[in-house]
This record gives sequence, C-alpha cells and structure tokens, in this order.
Amino acid sequence: MKPNEPSSGLRYLLSELTLTPIVCLLVLIAIIVVVLFAPFIAPHPEAAILTDESFSLPGELMLLGSDFLGRDVLSRLIYGIRVTVSVAFAISLIAFILGCALGFLAAVKRGWVDSLLSRSVDALISFPAIMVALIVISALGSSIPVLIITIALIDSTRVFRVARALGMDIVVQDYIEAAKVRGEKMGWIIWHEMLPNALAPLAAEFGIRFTYAILFISALSFLGLGVQAPHADLGVMVKENMQGILYETYTPLYPALCIAMVTLSVNLLVDWFLKTTDAELPDEL
Amino acid sequence: MQRLLLGIAILFVVSLLIFIGTEILPGDVAQAILGQGATPELLENVRVRLGLHDPAPVRYFRWLGNLVSGNLGASMVSGADIGQLLGERVWNTFMLAGVTALIAVPLAILLGLLSAIKPNSLMDRTISAVSLSLISLPDFLIAIVLVMVFAVKLSWLPAIANLRPGLDFFEVARMMVLPVTVLVFTVLAHMVRMTRTAVINVLSSPATEMAILKGVPRWRLLLVHALPNALAPIANVVALNLAFLISGIVVVETLFNFSGLGRLMVESVTTRDIPVVQICAMIFCTVYVLLNLFADVISIVSNPRLRYPK
Repeated sequence: MKPNEPSSGLRYLLSELTLTPIVCLLVLIAIIVVVLFAPFIAPHPEAAILTDESFSLPGELMLLGSDFLGRDVLSRLIYGIRVTVSVAFAISLIAFILGCALGFLAAVKRGWVDSLLSRSVDALISFPAIMVALIVISALGSSIPVLIITIALIDSTRVFRVARALGMDIVVQDYIEAAKVRGEKMGWIIWHEMLPNALAPLAAEFGIRFTYAILFISALSFLGLGVQAPHADLGVMVKENMQGILYETYTPLYPALCIAMVTLSVNLLVDWFLKTTDAELPDEL
Repeated sequence: MQRLLLGIAILFVVSLLIFIGTEILPGDVAQAILGQGATPELLENVRVRLGLHDPAPVRYFRWLGNLVSGNLGASMVSGADIGQLLGERVWNTFMLAGVTALIAVPLAILLGLLSAIKPNSLMDRTISAVSLSLISLPDFLIAIVLVMVFAVKLSWLPAIANLRPGLDFFEVARMMVLPVTVLVFTVLAHMVRMTRTAVINVLSSPATEMAILKGVPRWRLLLVHALPNALAPIANVVALNLAFLISGIVVVETLFNFSGLGRLMVESVTTRDIPVVQICAMIFCTVYVLLNLFADVISIVSNPRLRYPK
C-alpha cells in the first residue's frame, strides 16, 4: 500500500489494527464518553463534601475514597477529565486552524508574507513556552479563555512550522501548478489541493499537539496558575491532594495517572499511525 | 562575531517582548497591586509613583537601562530588593539545572547511539517504547511516584528539598537526588529520540556508506565517522530540550519546595509581582537564548563547510 492511494486509506488502516492501537482507541472512546456524559456517570456532585474525614479509604460510598476536603475522588476525577480534555481539545483545535492556515499561506505566497510570518514565529519560539504562559498569566490573571488563547498561540507556532514545511513540499508539485494555471483561487488551492495531501502528517501532528496541550495545562494547573478553584481539572486535583502523600494515600496519584492514560494512548496511536501510513513529520528542527 | 550580534539582537527582542507582555497587555498594574477594593486616589498615587503615566517607550528604556546597570528594583509585594531575592536562588537553580544536564546529556547521547546502531533491534524498540511513555507522563507523576517510594515508604530521601544556608555538602546532595532524578527523566526522553533520529540520518549518508564499504568496524564507524557529523544536530537537540528543562525546573522546584528561580517566578506570578516576574523571565530567556547560540557555534565549529564560508 502506497500512501498515495487514499481511496482505500481507512480500510487499510483498519486492517492494520493490532492490539496496542485497539486498546488505545478503546481508552480514548471511554474518555470521550466521560467527557460528554460526566454528570450522568459521576456518582456524586463534584463539589459535594460527603464526609468530614480527609483522605478516607475507598469504601462503598466512595469507590476511590475522599480527597483532602472529604469530597468523592472518583466523581472529581470524572469532572476533572472533562475539564482537562475539553480545554486541551479547544487549545489544539485553535492552534491547528491558525497554524495550518498561516503555514500554508506562507508556503503558497512566499515573499514578504512568508518572511513576516516566519520571523514572528521565530521571535515567539525564542522564548521557552512556559515563560510565555507565565508572562501572560502574570499580566492578565488566569482564566480559562486566557489559558486557551495563550497556549493555543504558543502551540500554533509549532503547527505553523510543520504546515509550512509540508506546504513547501506540496506547492512545487505539478498538480498545484495545474490548479494555478486553471486559475483557481488561493483559498481553493489550500483547501482542495494542499490540505488533503498533507492530511496524514497533520493528523499525527494534531495528536502530538493535543498531548502537549494536556501536559501543559496540567502543569500550569498544578502550579496553581491554570484552571481556578470552583472548577477542578486533573492538575488542580494533583496539587490540592499533594499533602496526602505524607499520609500514604494514593489520592494525588489518580489524577496524574488519568493524564498519563490519555496522553500515552494518544502518543501510542500517533506512533502506530505514522508507522502504518509511512507518513513523516518534518524534522523537529 | 555575526552570531554574537544576532544573539544580542535576539536578547533585545526578548526584553522588548517581555516588557510588552507584562506592561502593555490590558492588565492594570496598580489595580493588581492594590486589589479590587482600592480607591481611585490610591490607584492614582501608585500610578504616579511607578511612573505608569509616562509613554510606553520611555518606561521600556528606563526599565532596560536599570536592568543593564544591575539596578533591579524592588518587589511590588514585599518591597524586598530583587537583587537580594535572586542571589541564592539563581545559584540553586543553576546547580539543579547543571547537575541534571551533566547526567542527562551524556546518558541521552549514549542511549540515542545504542538505539541508532541497529534500528528496529530489540534494544532500539525497548528504548523507543520507554522514551515514548516517558514523554507522555506529566512531570509531577514521576515525582509523586518517586516521593511515594523513596521518601514515604522507604524514608531514604527527604520529600522536600528546602535548601538553606549552612547545610553541609551531604545534606544538600541528599536533598538534590529526587529533584535531579525527576528532571533527568523529563528531559531524557526527548533527547534520546532526537539523538536517535540525528544519528540515523548521518548513518544513511553517502560518506558513511563509503566507510562501510571500506570495511570500517562498526564501533569505529559510529564513534569516528558518525558521531562527529552528528555533533551539530545533537547540540541543537540539547539546546532545544532546554525548553523542557526550564518548564521541568519550574514544576520540580514548586513540588519539592526548592528555593530557586522557578518557584520564585511562580510565586510572583501568583501575587502578580510584575517586576520580579520580568527579571525571572529575563534570566530564563537569556540563558535559553545564549545556550541556543552556543549550540549554533558548536555546529559551525564542527562543520568545516560552515567554518570557512565561501
């Protein structure tokens, strides 16, 4: 199977499914169900204090015990997954649309458009990502929209580079030349010719961006600078239950493991996808 | 020389962006200091005292001038002199980062080489599976597990690394073990994967093929032919991973209560202590830019084609 036979692509992918990707897919489907139906799955409301005992052991009322305030850990995990995953998804989606559009634009237009965009991205990349986030949060305070836009902007620089590199390879192909000769508009060429031909590596890149967004938002929340109090995401849950370690409970481990489960599934899936489709991401450099 | 000028230009841009980020974004610094309940007169007082009414370029050059002359100003929250706040912490953080780099860089290059020798061998697949998993884990998960095992269950090592003046070397060393281990784990995986890619790229070059045809032994091929050529990409890989090291440092310092620059910055962001945030960001970004520049220099020195430009 060559990657340039897209008609049978999906069927080919399905035929190549081995145990690891199947397990990852099942995990991700479960996560999506949790995200969509959290209020129906969670046994208790996320903020309800059910016992005055902190870090109580797992029991019938609370399957994973209680947290530092006596709230149900399991219910909070379910809501936490919902917040973390949906915020990370929003981040990667915005980063992707922005990065791809500008990256392809730079590849097609070249000249000053390309220079301007590339130099701006270089300027942003000369900061470590966490510094950009901390600077913006110190100026604007932390709220979910600020977090989403900031991290999406940081992430879009990387998507831009990938999309631009892919676009540069595609733009010199004969079919683009043909489309230009036919007199197609710029937007049409990007949408109908460039996007489909870059789809496999871009899909992989989306997965990588998504895991990156999850880790980033969790780290910020863990530092107390991410999602704020009434809402709980997984990073916040790790932070607020850290003291539990000293009482030999596993409470802070559960949200951390949830994060790892999601990111690991996505990364393994991306790895498998890249191998089976022979798609290649441009070098990291 | 040209690189040096470029570096200075980048630092200039960095300082400008940090300034824009913290001062021109629509957050009101005076409001941030005084809180929501402040009266308009009080706000006005603070604005005048901080010179917030001057036009932005004036404030920028005043800030930059103070920075270059070493006059770092005072914290907005505690009023403490920033220079004094930094002293110990800068040293602690550099020690943390330095020890981590000393362990992680050689280890990553070794593991990267081992997996690049025979792509798809058992060794390669093990290393790549483990490093992929490590990439997926949040920094604090590794830390929690290590603390649970080595600090709580076994009580071998302290769970916090509260460095104070007056500790002897062994006490400091004991405190550093867990933070350094966590950091090594967080930067190692990316470096291994990228080193592997870099070495495999070099190994597939015509020059290496020629060496194989000449009958050069495998180890010699790797160390004498491939490694020098891979030096430039590896230096780049290491520099790139500094970004992960920096975010790792911020998380690890907070987690272990380590008195360093990263924790100072997080605390200042929380209290919106803008001058301290600016200085911390400036230090982190400067080091990052300088080391990236250093990687560039290494790639020029190690590549004769770049050393003698036409």
